Amino acid sequence: MKISLFIPCFIDACYPQVGISMVKVLERLGHQVDYPEDFTCCGQPAFNSGYWDEARAVAEKVLAMYRNAEIIVGVSGSCGAMMMTFYKELFHSTPLEAEAKAHAAKVWEFSDFLVTKLGVTDVGAKFPAKVTFHDGCHGLREVGLKKQPRALLAKVQGLELVEMDAAESCCGFGGTFSVKFPMISTAMGEVKCDSALKTSADYIVSCDSSCLMHIQGLADRQKKPLRTMHLAEVLAKQ
Amino acid sequence: MNTVAQTFKETARRMTRDLRHRSWIQSALGKYYVGRDEKKARFQNWQEARQAAAEIKWDAVNHLDKHLEEFVSKIEARGTKVFWASTGQQACDYIVNVAKKHRVRSIVKSKAMTGEEIHLAQALEKSGVEVVETDLGEYIVQLREEAPYHIVFPAMHLTRHEISDLFNKKLGSAPTDSPEELTMIARRTLRKKYCAADMGISGANFAVAETGMISLTTNEGNGRLSTSLPRIHVALIGIEKVLPTLDDLALFLPMLATAGAAQAVSCYNTFIAGPRQEGEPDGPNEFHVVLLDNGRTRLLADAEQRDTLHCIRCGACLNVCPIYKNIGGHTYGTTYMGPIGSVLTPHLRGLAEWKHLSFASSLCGACSEACPVKIDLHHHLLQNRRNAIRCKSPWWEKLIFKGFVILMNYPLLYRLGVKFGWLGQKFHGLVKGTRLDPMIAWTQSREAPPLALKTFKDYWRGRKS
Repeated sequence: MKISLFIPCFIDACYPQVGISMVKVLERLGHQVDYPEDFTCCGQPAFNSGYWDEARAVAEKVLAMYRNAEIIVGVSGSCGAMMMTFYKELFHSTPLEAEAKAHAAKVWEFSDFLVTKLGVTDVGAKFPAKVTFHDGCHGLREVGLKKQPRALLAKVQGLELVEMDAAESCCGFGGTFSVKFPMISTAMGEVKCDSALKTSADYIVSCDSSCLMHIQGLADRQKKPLRTMHLAEVLAKQ
Repeated sequence: MNTVAQTFKETARRMTRDLRHRSWIQSALGKYYVGRDEKKARFQNWQEARQAAAEIKWDAVNHLDKHLEEFVSKIEARGTKVFWASTGQQACDYIVNVAKKHRVRSIVKSKAMTGEEIHLAQALEKSGVEVVETDLGEYIVQLREEAPYHIVFPAMHLTRHEISDLFNKKLGSAPTDSPEELTMIARRTLRKKYCAADMGISGANFAVAETGMISLTTNEGNGRLSTSLPRIHVALIGIEKVLPTLDDLALFLPMLATAGAAQAVSCYNTFIAGPRQEGEPDGPNEFHVVLLDNGRTRLLADAEQRDTLHCIRCGACLNVCPIYKNIGGHTYGTTYMGPIGSVLTPHLRGLAEWKHLSFASSLCGACSEACPVKIDLHHHLLQNRRNAIRCKSPWWEKLIFKGFVILMNYPLLYRLGVKFGWLGQKFHGLVKGTRLDPMIAWTQSREAPPLALKTFKDYWRGRKS
């Protein structure tokens, strides 16, 4: 299967190792990957801020870029939700509505792709650590990620998963919300950090680097002993 | 920024730092979650029940004209006086006039969010009538002269000590730590009020079209007392409260109790179909139903957000909302708080002044997931944001997003931007945390992630060569 990668802008710029890990895992499973180098951003920051015309201007390019893609696999539940769910809303009643729908049908979030599409849970990873899993909201509620990442973690050699109380509670990132209402965003992040700390896990793992960026940034500032890691990085460990 | 938004931000800043409040609300709601899940499990299938409820409400709201007419003709046939109020002012004027006409001196009021919405108690008090809230929580916040903190639990922010102090100060009761004793203090005071009242005011949880009656739910019996002891009863009802058939209550009563209060069914469910009929031993001589529009038909005209009228005011979305849990109910400054309030208030009071509530959300979707009638709450927040920006956007923000489009649509520019950012972050330390810091909104409480020297794009290029 030829897979077109979808690497969100902030993963490209801040967390390249997350994208690289996804490539490693997919190739380990024998798949051929391709990457449209001109891809930058899905348009979500503008969309979530109410600037739908601007979001559409960016998203149109994305649709064109992946027009001939067979299957698109992205390494973020949130940006994946943008393409799977919100593009349809964004292009509703526009000439590109049909294309947005066709595009949405080709997009997969990484863990969902492995478990649901490929039927793979054991990717041959080994990571001796105690981890807790944070359900990113977009992944959980827009894409339906819940069992998939846990099924993958269960097959990682040496890994122990300890659930935290507030696994499904929002971490408080919320895109531009985090800078428009930093006090609320921070309070929500503190609740998340406290919940994770109680598990005494070595790492908080998630399908979304954006949540982890917020959690890690907060933990570092408050000198809380928390480390975060994207699921793809865990699965790439051997 | 307008003053309402400014006040919201300032209060939110104060509340989010209040760790006592945070842990109090978390622990109060912790008990609710356990109870709610137990009661949900008693439904054969909660998700299917939600779907059924959403479909019934869809029918009710999309055929509101038909159902309302049926409701009115049936309830009028038994001697009820019905008044259609387009605005809150009209509703207040009507009720004040009824009170004046009958020389009403005191009123007992069962909890009604519609009353809060149109500031009914204030209007009546202004005309010289005493209004006493009879729901315990509502009575407590009335004594404190503050708005309800929550749609269903108006005084959930208060501890028993605070309530004891309040009763001591306002009612002269001896201080006590016992919730039962506190309830008895309120009960002793309120019983006298019921007996003395000339008029009772209630809302309605549902209005049944088929039978022409209202359904009133309480846990303290105060609804029943308020509506049957005084000689006049006025029910103030939002027009969206109508349900097509009596059978619908078989689903909606347990659903409201489950989602709203983690109960299988509420303690008192009262159906009222008219004033005292001939041969009946009790009940009011006069029964008035005030049907309130107050912006609801505007929402009805909005096909995208019409499902907001499905709301049964259970408060389930507040209980799961991480924003609500951190800022508390008073911060919103609205009648309806939490996610439903953030969606609804711009429609009821104007988008320009209340749009900030739609932006004050991480769009996590916990509200939509919890809503028993499946209102697409968090997507409506997104639509409110879009509508707000369409009406008016701050010039600087518009400029940022114009820049965003250019940066993202020219990959070379994007790559240069990332490299420039990588260089820039070396100097970030010089301004970090100061007013010159362009990232201050982030860095005031969090560390910024470092930009990578070798991006994914660099990695990919390296791989190819």
